[in-house]
Amino acid sequence: MKFGIVTFPGSNCDYDAYHAVTEILGEQAIYLWHKDHDLQNADVVVLPGGFSYGDYLRAGAIARFSPIMQEVAEHAKAGGPVLGVCNGFQILCEAGLLPGALMRNATLQFVSAPVRIRVENADTLFTSLYQKGELLKIPIAHGDGRYFAPPQELDALEADGRVIFRYADASGNISADANPNGSERNIAGIINEQGNVLGMMPHPERACSRLLGSEDGVRLLESILSRVAA
Amino acid sequence: MARFRLAVRIVPRKGLLDPQGKAVSDALHTLGFESVGSVHVGRYIVIETSADDALAAGESVREMCRKLLANPVTEDFEVESAVPA
Repeated sequence: MKFGIVTFPGSNCDYDAYHAVTEILGEQAIYLWHKDHDLQNADVVVLPGGFSYGDYLRAGAIARFSPIMQEVAEHAKAGGPVLGVCNGFQILCEAGLLPGALMRNATLQFVSAPVRIRVENADTLFTSLYQKGELLKIPIAHGDGRYFAPPQELDALEADGRVIFRYADASGNISADANPNGSERNIAGIINEQGNVLGMMPHPERACSRLLGSEDGVRLLESILSRVAA
Repeated sequence: MARFRLAVRIVPRKGLLDPQGKAVSDALHTLGFESVGSVHVGRYIVIETSADDALAAGESVREMCRKLLANPVTEDFEVESAVPA
């Protein structure tokens, strides 16, 4: 399977994603330059973390106008898997491929730390190899990660099982203390209505090796593999 | 066509948590400005553009706000009257 990893000016987790796909998952990965208009037959598109366009205006606001985003939107519309991590999640929201917005962390501080997230829905393209309720240790590194959407939108997301990950404490409780950025309802990741576009602030690609503190991100990539290959 | 200059004020939507505004308000209180109620921090953007008239220039900039300059989920905007550039 071929993963296409989009590099925007200011992306800095594109290599992390490339490494996770090629070295850990053992699949093919290619970099897609943001100015291109060609996904080069990638089966899965990854929008990596970083600070595309220096976060000018708002995080992700300019990147969504990059030429390749047209193809990414078409790929998503056609049911192709799209994974947006961190800045990638911000770009997906700005592009309207996911609802809501990522705002400045409530503490105003950039937070770089391993956090625990609880799997809220294990019946998706991206989470089928996890158990519902399972706790994952995955790092975050962001200053604008406070997920916001109007209450009725949040209710709809929850009712449809589209909240995929929530920040939790070590016992799995969803508490204010476990919320690193003030996200509404501790939301760390959501999926689109069709179930093929996932946005999340934590970095699964950085949690693929015991040496780096966690391997909990591997099964997210393997889930995509098992579903798409099937 | 004539050249116009327009300024846009973009502010966090009322009622949404505005940690930046809160931090500035706290600092002002610390400085002794106890009468300060709330503070909101936004962006101020100045645009030069050409249009048939001031009205058209304003409409064009409002369209820019809806499409790019403001986030429709979290922010409100106000476009000041166009002045000749």
